Amino acid sequence: MAESLLAALVSLNGPGHYFHWHWIDISYANLTVIALMVVTFVAALFVPFPGRRHKKETK
Amino acid sequence: MSSTEIDRQWTTRLRHRVAHRLPPEKMLPDTQPAYVASWIYVFGVTTLSAFAVVVLSGFILALKGPQWWHVSGIGHFVNSLHLWSVEIFFFAMVIHLWGKYFMAAWRGGRSLTWVTGVVTFLVSIATAFTGYVSQTNFDSQWISTQAKDGINSTGAGSFFNVLNFGQMLMWHIVLLPLAAVVLTGLHVLMVRAKGVVPPFEEKEEAR
Repeated sequence: MAESLLAALVSLNGPGHYFHWHWIDISYANLTVIALMVVTFVAALFVPFPGRRHKKETK
Repeated sequence: MSSTEIDRQWTTRLRHRVAHRLPPEKMLPDTQPAYVASWIYVFGVTTLSAFAVVVLSGFILALKGPQWWHVSGIGHFVNSLHLWSVEIFFFAMVIHLWGKYFMAAWRGGRSLTWVTGVVTFLVSIATAFTGYVSQTNFDSQWISTQAKDGINSTGAGSFFNVLNFGQMLMWHIVLLPLAAVVLTGLHVLMVRAKGVVPPFEEKEEAR
């Protein structure tokens, strides 16, 4: 069941799918990982850390 | 033996130096500065945790061998554990790198910490590459035959032959992991000695 769901999401049978734009040539798999890293990086900067007191309270 | 002679021994000098630069409260601290309470500071230790899983799963793969990881269910599982821990390792390490770059984490005499991090990153890429060519499947054959021309064009092919499976496996499971472990250890010790880099000072007009 889980295998068929994953298979339905992304077909891994056959050659990989590539993103082409001018000189940029990158697989969608790698592009997805890079996008996830950027999203995680931005989230790490702005998502509040649990237990951290507000700046005004620390003064 | 006089006290002067004892003081001149290399073990005494090394002990004093280590105790001065890395006292126990710095080596194993119980508190961290307030600015460390941010998600951007968790990616270093995430990288370390993933690295531990990479090494442990690698030990099991080395014990059991390629036939086991290709045909048995548990072998597939450990093989996947090795792959996905590497994915998390690089994912976390790149975010750690971005965070430290924008913090200019080499400030305050931390240049060697930065440099050991960069070299560890490069060694990790080489370790991953030799792992991909050591899988003993069509994927590894494809990668090695595609990579050989690129590597030969640099001249490194004279001593680093990607088509030599035995050599690639030895680089992957002995030389490069050893370098990665030693460099990571040095990197962490330097972070402990100098402390986590503080944020940039706020400008007066920005307050």
